[in-house]
Order: sequence, then C-alpha cells, then structure tokens
Amino acid sequence: MSELVFYLLAAITVLCALGVITRPNPVHSALFLVMTLFMLAVFYIILEAHLVAALQIIVYAGAVMVLFLFVITLLNLKGDPDEPAHPLLRIVAYAVAATLAAGVAIVLMGDAGVVPGGAGAGAVLAEGFGGTRALARILFTDYLVAFELTSVLLLVAVVGAVVLAQREPVAEAPLTETGEDA
Amino acid sequence: LWAFAAAVLVLIAEMFWPYRSRRGVGWLTIAALLAIAVLGRAPSEAVYFGPIALDGFSGWCNGLLCLVAALSVLMSLDTLEVNGVTRGEYYPLLLFAVAGGMVMAAATDLVVMFLGLETMSMAVYVLAGMGKARRRSNEASLKYFLLGAFASAFMLYGIALLYSQAGSTDLAAMAGLAGEGGTSAVTRLGAALLLVGFGFKIAAVPFHLWAPDVYEGAPSPVTAFMATVVKAAAFAALLRSVLLAMPWVAGELQTPLWVAAAATMTVGNLAALRQRSLKRMLAFSSVAHTGYLAMAVVAGTSEAAAALLFYLAAYAAMNLGAFAVMMLLADRGRPAENISDLAGLGRARPLAALAMTVCMLSLTGIPPLGGFVAKVSLFGAVLDAGFYTLVVVAVLNSVLSAAYYLGVIRAMYFDDADSVAAGGASAASRVLPSRPALTVSILLAALAVVLIGLSPSPLLGSSLRALASVAGF
Amino acid sequence: MPEALGLQHFLLVGAALFCMGLYCVLTRRNAIGILMGVELVLNAANVNYIAFSRYGVGGVDGQVFSIFVIMLAAAEAAIGLAIVLGIYRRSGSIDVSQMTSLRG
Repeated sequence: MSELVFYLLAAITVLCALGVITRPNPVHSALFLVMTLFMLAVFYIILEAHLVAALQIIVYAGAVMVLFLFVITLLNLKGDPDEPAHPLLRIVAYAVAATLAAGVAIVLMGDAGVVPGGAGAGAVLAEGFGGTRALARILFTDYLVAFELTSVLLLVAVVGAVVLAQREPVAEAPLTETGEDA
Repeated sequence: LWAFAAAVLVLIAEMFWPYRSRRGVGWLTIAALLAIAVLGRAPSEAVYFGPIALDGFSGWCNGLLCLVAALSVLMSLDTLEVNGVTRGEYYPLLLFAVAGGMVMAAATDLVVMFLGLETMSMAVYVLAGMGKARRRSNEASLKYFLLGAFASAFMLYGIALLYSQAGSTDLAAMAGLAGEGGTSAVTRLGAALLLVGFGFKIAAVPFHLWAPDVYEGAPSPVTAFMATVVKAAAFAALLRSVLLAMPWVAGELQTPLWVAAAATMTVGNLAALRQRSLKRMLAFSSVAHTGYLAMAVVAGTSEAAAALLFYLAAYAAMNLGAFAVMMLLADRGRPAENISDLAGLGRARPLAALAMTVCMLSLTGIPPLGGFVAKVSLFGAVLDAGFYTLVVVAVLNSVLSAAYYLGVIRAMYFDDADSVAAGGASAASRVLPSRPALTVSILLAALAVVLIGLSPSPLLGSSLRALASVAGF
Repeated sequence: MPEALGLQHFLLVGAALFCMGLYCVLTRRNAIGILMGVELVLNAANVNYIAFSRYGVGGVDGQVFSIFVIMLAAAEAAIGLAIVLGIYRRSGSIDVSQMTSLRG
C-alpha cells in the first residue's frame, strides 16, 4: 500500500518541480517551489527524519520562500517577457539535463544496493531515530564546530545583505524590505 | 584553533566600529592579520579539535593566507574611495573571508570544509558588489554569486554521494574508499562533482568564464584579494582533500584532470594576449597560473604538492605587486586600467615602473626572480611524476605568456607619454595623490618576489615540512 | 516498513530534482528564476542526505548535514536577493542576458 503512496507523492513532487521550471511568471514558480518543499517534507517523514521535516517546513518553506515572494512582489516582475531568446539554448540545456539525469540514474540504480552495510529497508531503527533528541545529541557533540561555523556563515550573510541592500548615504532610511532574514 | 578563535574574535570586535575613520580600522585589520599569522604558526605536534586539524599544513596555509591578506589590506587603505567602496564593512568582511579560508585549509571533514568555503564565498560575493557606485561591480557580484551558488550546490550533491559510500564525510574515511579494489561508480561520480565545485573556485577551464568579468568588475583591491587569497585557500582545500585523503581520485580521473590543466594554461595565456585592459589581462594571467598549479594536482606526488604550496606563495607576491602598481595610477575620475595608461611610466615614476617590471618578469619566470624558481620546482616535480607532455605544454605556455607580460613593460618604458591618444596626459604623468600605504605595499611585494627568487630554500623547506606533518604522507 | 520501498526510489527522486534544477538554472533568464533553480538542486542534495542516513550506514549524521544545507540555503537566499535588489535599483531589470557591460 505505502508503495502506492510513495509513487503518488513522487509524481506530485516531480510535477511541482516541473511547474517551477516551466512557469514564466516567477510568482507561480515560487509557489510551485513551496509545494515541492512540502512534498519533500512528507518524504522526510517517510524516511524517519521527523525533525528535519519540521525544520524544512518552518525554516525553508516558511522563511526562505516568503523572502522570495516578498522580493518578487517588491520588484513586481511581470514574468519573463518572452521565451528565452534562442531556442538553441533551451535544447542544449535540455540535452545537458537529460544526459546528466540518465547518468546519475543509471549510476544510482546500479550501485545503490551496494551501500556498504546499509540497513535493509525493514531494519528496525533505533527508537526515536530521527527525533530531536537523537539529532541534538549528535549535533552538539560531534558537529559542534560545524554548527558554530554555520552561525558565522549566517552572520556574514546578514552583514552582506545589509551592506548591499542599504541605500547610500546611510542617513536616508534604508529599504524597509527584509534585506536580511532569519 | 587559537588562530581561528582569534580571527572570529577580531571579526566581532571589528563589527562595532565600522564607522570610525576608515584608515584606523584598516590598520587594526592589518595588526590582527599579522597577529594571527604569528599565532597560527603550527603547534609542534598535530592538534585535532574535532574536524579542524591544526597540523603543519594548516599552520603553513594560515600563515600564507594571513600574510597575503595583510598585504592586500595594506594596498586597499588608500584606494578604497577611488574604487567606490565607501562602506566601513569592507575590513570585517575581508576578515570573515580570511577566517573562512583558514577553516577550509584546516578542515579534515568535507562538510566543515564546505562550510568554510561557503563562508569565504559569501564574504567575497558581497565584497565584489561593494563598489555600488559603478554598475559593473553589481553585475560582477551577481554573476559571481549565481555561478558560485550553482557550483557549490553541485559540490554538495557530490559530497552526499561520497557520504553514502564512506558512511561519514570524514576525509580519513574517504581515504579507505578505494580499498575494495577500484571505486564504485557512485564514488567516482561523487568525486567528479566535488571537483566541479573546486574547478569553479580556482577558475579552471570549463568553469573559468566568470573570472575575467568578475575580476574586471569588482573594485581593484577586492580583485587583488580574490586572485590571491581565495585561490590559495581553494587550492589548499583541494590539496588536502584530493591529494592527501583521496589519492585514488587523481588516479581515477586522471585524463579529465590532465586535459583541464593543459586547457586552462593555454586558454588563459591566449586570451591574455588580446587584452587591452590591464585588469582583464591580469585576470587571464591568473587563470593561466591556475593551469600550472592544476598540473601539481594531476601529478599527485608529495613533491608536487610542496611545489604547489611554494608556487602559491610566489604567485601571490607577484600578483599583488602588479595589482598594487595598477591601483597607484587610478585616481578619482579615471581608474587607469588600460595598458595604454601605463605609457611613459618609466620616466614619470621610475620606482613604480621598476616594481612592475620585477613583477612582470617574475610572472613570466625569468631566472633571477621568484617566479622562475617556483616554475622550475613545479615543473621538476611534475616531470618526476612522469607527465612529460604536460610539462612541454606548460613550458610552451610560459614562453607564450612572455609576450603579453613584456608588452606591459614595453608600454611603460618605450611608449612615451605624448604618443598616447589625445585623451589628456596618460595616467602615469598626472599628478596623483600620494599614497604612502600603497607605495609601501608595492615595495614589499617586489622585495618578496626578489627574495623568493634569490633564496628559495627557507620557503621551499617550510612547505615540505608542512606537508610531511599531514597525516597520510 | 514496506519491503519494496528501497533506497533507489528516493535516489531517483533526488536525481530528478537535481536535473530539473540544472535545467531551470540554464534556461531561466531572470536572476530570481536562477536562484530557484539553485534551491531545487540544494533540495535534491537534501533528499540524498536523508535517504542515505536512513538506509546507509551513516546513522543520524545525514540529517545533521541536511540541517546545515537548509541553513546554507537561507544564507544564500538572503545574499542573493540583496544583490538582486542592488542591481534592480540600479538598472531597472534583473534579466541576466541583458547585462552586457562586462563583455570580455
């Protein structure tokens, strides 16, 4: 039964992703991207990654996409005026994407099974595998340095956004839009 | 770790006085960088702090990154206003970038290395876009950002694949991947995607298209910083991950790497020949030098790695010198970025012209100077590894590069100022605001080039020692 | 857990997302479209991380990395949109193909 559910979800995700690509109007493609994110969150739950699924929805779909929509509306884009100028670019891009897709798919299908010592599909997982406690324990022990690094990264992002978005001279009220986000 | 903690501490302190006088903040930055360089000298034995390894290699790279960054800050003290950078945040962002670079050089875990790379790239994207007054600077940062984000997404995908095979992203675990007789297709794909990310950062051929545009668009001090420090950090990370931890990568992906190195050299040199603008020419010359450096990655031996480190140091000094002289000529209205602007520099400013000649000769690899010694050691190491054709290509390229480097010298000494187009006296002879800090940095760079040339042994020795201390060798 | 739902299924979804993101980046002409393409590729990497952590030997580490990826995407969006804003205020359009002032 759940395999059917999986295929249904996979189909919806792919459709949403296609929506992101094909829609000329950026607002539509942004909304499709939000849809894709939600679908991915459901996948994460199937994969026992509950914390990440919650994070995905709150942080990613919630904050990042809102920022996107905000900036799109701020710039009130009409959408791509016309199709990308030369169809040749589209064909080349399509070919590149298709070949890469085939390559990656073949490789993954062929060797995926060979994930060394992989837990079988039915393996019983540690209780609370994807839960917050399990993740928190690892995050703050083994990956403490990496965690601090991401905070430095976000600090740089905030500073950068403020520097770039602020008007000159500083006296004038800076743009109200959220140059910087969470 | 001490060095890294100092860097972060300074960054925070820096934040609170961005609006004091620019120069004061600048001098503070140089003091901080030099302090970090001194503190960063490797502790005697390898100290591991989680994924960050503070061994000889990272100590050596920290020292190099900080010294080169200090020199580039020295250069930018007077020239910021001219290049339209008026924000106080220039120095803190630069420090963030150096801190990110240091993490990259010291990381033994792919994800931590990736985060260091991203921190550095973020800071440099913003730095490139800081000359807001000019549209080119915005476009440069947008182009750099879009391609950078795209390349790092590729890299992330590659790391995910490698993670699947090795069970963890620790470089030591990756080393064992080649164990069970030949790597599986997924590992090769992961490694290939990882190289795509690195290829972009060092501007190797298939991914070098952004380099000239972004180098030209960004304000000159930022360009100097990018061409030297960012490239050095990327090569250090590449060295640590590919050469030290995953030697099988060089073995497996030999031919594509070989082709990329050769192509980078030739494209870089050929394109530089046609350039009129000095800045673009320097950009293409840095692409060409990436080709020489990539040869060492193809060779994959420890001597090649040491030669690569040595070459990075010499290259940084030469490049900074060249950029510094170019910036000396820029003044309020007209950034002097065309080769024609150099006309008559020989008479108007003999000292600057001499420094430029030293740098240009060294970039070509003329015997007495640092560039020559670096090239000899690099070509030698690659020869030992048995890549004869590659070295032949490299030598041919060096000869080719002589053409445009000497072209600059010719412009300085032989074209006299009045033969320049009627557009007023060439920049060289115009009265320019005196720039003490800039002239000092030119002298330092030229001195470094000559010193490396005359007595390479200390630097070469230290790079060999640095490599010896890294696990896996 | 259903027996048939193996690792391959999720990897396929990851690969599909990856290639669509690639296609989107190559064909989109306005900067924000390209940014969305990059987000798609980042999500593809995320799916892989989580799938490997569930099926692979890695254990929960995979999910830690995906948290970093989400954080990274947020930082990138912030910087990218700030740059796009800067450009828009200057030149009125963020159409990548019209930015020719830097031609080699």
